[in-house]
Amino acid sequence: MIPLSWYLILAAALFGIGLFGVLVRRNAVAILLGVELMLNAVNINLVAFWRYGDMATMAGQVFAIIVFAVAAAEVSVGLALVISVYRRRNTVIADELDMLKW
Amino acid sequence: MNFWNDPLKVAAGWLEGIFTGWGMDAVLAHVLVVFLGVFLLITILMVLDIFLVWIERKVVARFQDRIGPNRVGPYGLIQPFADIIKLIIKEDTTPDGADKVVYNLAPILSMMSVLILWAIVPLAPVMLGVDLNVGVLFLIAAGAIGTLSIIMAGWSSNNKFAMIGGFRQVAVMVAFEIPMLTMLMIPTIFAGSMNMNDIIESQNVWYFIISPLGALIFLIAAIAELGRAPFDLAEGESELVAGFNIEYSGMKFGMFYAGELLHAFTFGGFWAILFFGGYRFFGLEQVSPFLAILILVIKAMLGYWVIMWVKYTMMRIRIDQMLGFNWKFLTPLSFALLLVTALMNTLLRGADGWLYILGMFLANVVTAWVALEIARSVSKKERERVEGVKQVAEVHHS
Amino acid sequence: MTGEQIIFLIVALFTLGSALMVVTTRNLIHAALWLVATLFGVAVIYALLNAGFMAVVQVVVYIGAIAILFIFAVMLTRKDLRDNTPQTNKNWWAGALVAALTFVGLVFTLQSWSGFSKTASAVPLGFDAISQLGEQLTSPTAYVLPFEVASVLLLAALVGAVYVAFNKK
Repeated sequence: MIPLSWYLILAAALFGIGLFGVLVRRNAVAILLGVELMLNAVNINLVAFWRYGDMATMAGQVFAIIVFAVAAAEVSVGLALVISVYRRRNTVIADELDMLKW
Repeated sequence: MNFWNDPLKVAAGWLEGIFTGWGMDAVLAHVLVVFLGVFLLITILMVLDIFLVWIERKVVARFQDRIGPNRVGPYGLIQPFADIIKLIIKEDTTPDGADKVVYNLAPILSMMSVLILWAIVPLAPVMLGVDLNVGVLFLIAAGAIGTLSIIMAGWSSNNKFAMIGGFRQVAVMVAFEIPMLTMLMIPTIFAGSMNMNDIIESQNVWYFIISPLGALIFLIAAIAELGRAPFDLAEGESELVAGFNIEYSGMKFGMFYAGELLHAFTFGGFWAILFFGGYRFFGLEQVSPFLAILILVIKAMLGYWVIMWVKYTMMRIRIDQMLGFNWKFLTPLSFALLLVTALMNTLLRGADGWLYILGMFLANVVTAWVALEIARSVSKKERERVEGVKQVAEVHHS
Repeated sequence: MTGEQIIFLIVALFTLGSALMVVTTRNLIHAALWLVATLFGVAVIYALLNAGFMAVVQVVVYIGAIAILFIFAVMLTRKDLRDNTPQTNKNWWAGALVAALTFVGLVFTLQSWSGFSKTASAVPLGFDAISQLGEQLTSPTAYVLPFEVASVLLLAALVGAVYVAFNKK
């Protein structure tokens, strides 16, 4: 049997990689890719806790499904914003979007 | 238990006995037998695929008042083999600036997205690959992989036409996934399960009779998902040359083509499973599993024939018309139908058989009628707006 | 080591490897495709956790919709096909440090928890996760409120996305 710790370590590593992507990438779309990785890491945790805890209460799966909905909403609005910004400023590099400083 | 009642289990047990007899580990022997089973299924499907080429060409010939392939072998049966030899010995080109890995991965994924569908097809009461309890959703998941393969092909070819084809296909697939998923919920409501086998077992009356509109919308969405005429915008020979597969040659193109044919046949099969009772036919399926497979294949062929019928008698519609048709008509209609079906199912739960069937059927007819009336009045207004009221009035007076 | 553990290790390595490719690849389309690979890996992880429904929904929602939206967005927001500018910040090492510290901190905190290495109990015979999930999602005593809030959120996102991306002429 696989101990719970394996899943938790996998999720933590995935979260770390996603965080790295969010902090380091310059392109706004790539930053959103990093956010997706982090959300997936959270989901692995939720489902793992459901499986290793009391299976009859579905809280883990229910909240994982809500994370799916949040991820879908986040991506649709986020990418719409990115495309809208690209139309106006002709760039999606996060550093170059510095209108407030101008 | 003898071979004719449960051939898969008997054959698997026999093979596992042989393997363990050689001193092989029991788990390893089991894995090997499962692998052999998958290999066998895929081989049969690929051989069937070869003959689908012949069937498709013969049927289209009949629709167009021709004879079709008739030179090579009896009734031209050997023709697809000649085609395959031609495809294999063709030069395998890769365009300049193509993304090689993605370019070569796309046809494989395209074929894979079709083949994995067969994992959940119940061929007979005792013969099915995986007894998946989310079988209905699996159908959509496999479609997602198909979409991915097309956008990969379109992007990696480094060709504008391919790119446009890929874009169109994604717009179409994402749009038509919604009515399809909604219509998949209707057999789920009736059967109370998303398992394909349960859906078949609960069809004492074909769901086509209980929900004809649902079956029709599912067929339309399936044709869109297949990318066949009238929804073949991703290929669009007359505008995009060949669309997403324009840069592919030889067997890589052959993979897309074979994938499309097998996909059409597979969706014919799923139409039969979800709405026409799958392998069931007046208790014949209990006689022998082989008979059950035969029934399923015949039903799938009939579904495939309907899909071909639509393909070769309808013209292609424009992308904006098609998306408008989906978002403004099909999606609201499928949501309304789902609501009506769920409501009627709750209301008629206690009613006896005939009343239930009649009530469901009438609910479907009324929903379809209301939808068509609304569409008619809206399109009439639209026509008047475009052509001008006066002109229409003049035509009426003369 | 059992077969299940070997499968888990292979899948986990595949998932983490492709996740690393997502954040390091220069070509953004490749990054999006590597994201698809990562999401597949996570779907297999769900399957290993006996959550078949989650695995299939992962493929439908993430790969079928989100990853494809990403590919779309990358294609729509590129000036030229070959991007030669650096894809990472100048102080990327600080980001790497923060990410590594987060990982180490998480693992350190978790391993002091008593339930860290517990094993799963066997799935009860006849346990039907999907019908349980469906009933609890629509039951007023369980999770109907979060479910409805999520659907309102999706509606708001739908309207918002259309409004933001709409091209005013």
